[in-house]
Amino acid sequence: MDDAPATGVVPPLPCDARGAAALDVTLASDVSLVEPVVAAVVARCEAHGWPERVCRLHVPVALTEAIANAVVSGNGADPAKVVRVRACVDAVAVVLEVTDQGGGFDLAEDAATGEEEDFLEREGGRGLFLMQRLMDRVEQWVAPGVGSVVRMTLGRGGAARAPGGRVA
Amino acid sequence: MSFTMQRDGEICVVDVEGQLIVGNRQELKQKVLDELDRGERRFLIDFARTGYIDSSGLGVLVSLSKKIREQGGELRLANLNDDLKTLFELTKLDTLFQIADSRERALQSF
Repeated sequence: MDDAPATGVVPPLPCDARGAAALDVTLASDVSLVEPVVAAVVARCEAHGWPERVCRLHVPVALTEAIANAVVSGNGADPAKVVRVRACVDAVAVVLEVTDQGGGFDLAEDAATGEEEDFLEREGGRGLFLMQRLMDRVEQWVAPGVGSVVRMTLGRGGAARAPGGRVA
Repeated sequence: MSFTMQRDGEICVVDVEGQLIVGNRQELKQKVLDELDRGERRFLIDFARTGYIDSSGLGVLVSLSKKIREQGGELRLANLNDDLKTLFELTKLDTLFQIADSRERALQSF
């Protein structure tokens, strides 16, 4: 997706209809708290038999990026602000949602394409790029009164192909 | 997650155990920069026991590569598993770093 963030009501997660997300965690804006949350989501992926590559690359890296962005850019690492991480994992899809208390960002504007002249030697700016390359779909909303919501989806078919391609 | 450093002749070898991510990348950076300040110029980072790396971790490697080069030094990487190789290929960083399949080959390449 290459549109500016949508504003308004965020659609429910697939598992919301079943009553609860597989994982629903709220953490303070502290990067040291990221890894245990990621590990918990990866454990669910493993439990549902997702390929090793999904469990060792796609999900942990994309989710770490999203949470770190939420903590650092979204919430400005303000310890008074929180990040909410929700995940739905089943045999068909992994859906990861990260919400911060920031004003949102423009994925199309802010994500590197990999073609920038300084892309190789830059020290930062690869996070959104990796989220887009490692997940099939990245969506974002600015939810009034809530903050910025990023949702990433990976489907079985998508995970089977080499990362880097994008689903149209 | 931990970083252990040891010397192999004139080469400082850093083993990255666990993840190299936003929460710990500064520790790696400082460890290497401290050695650079002490006059060390040859560095090998071994990823044999590394889980995953995020963009912050990649950024630190780029930063270290730059600083080491500026001081006339060299940085090599070794033992990227297939997932880490994919990460480096996706971000084109496989063209920036000298990456060896084994620690031994990396040490010999200096």
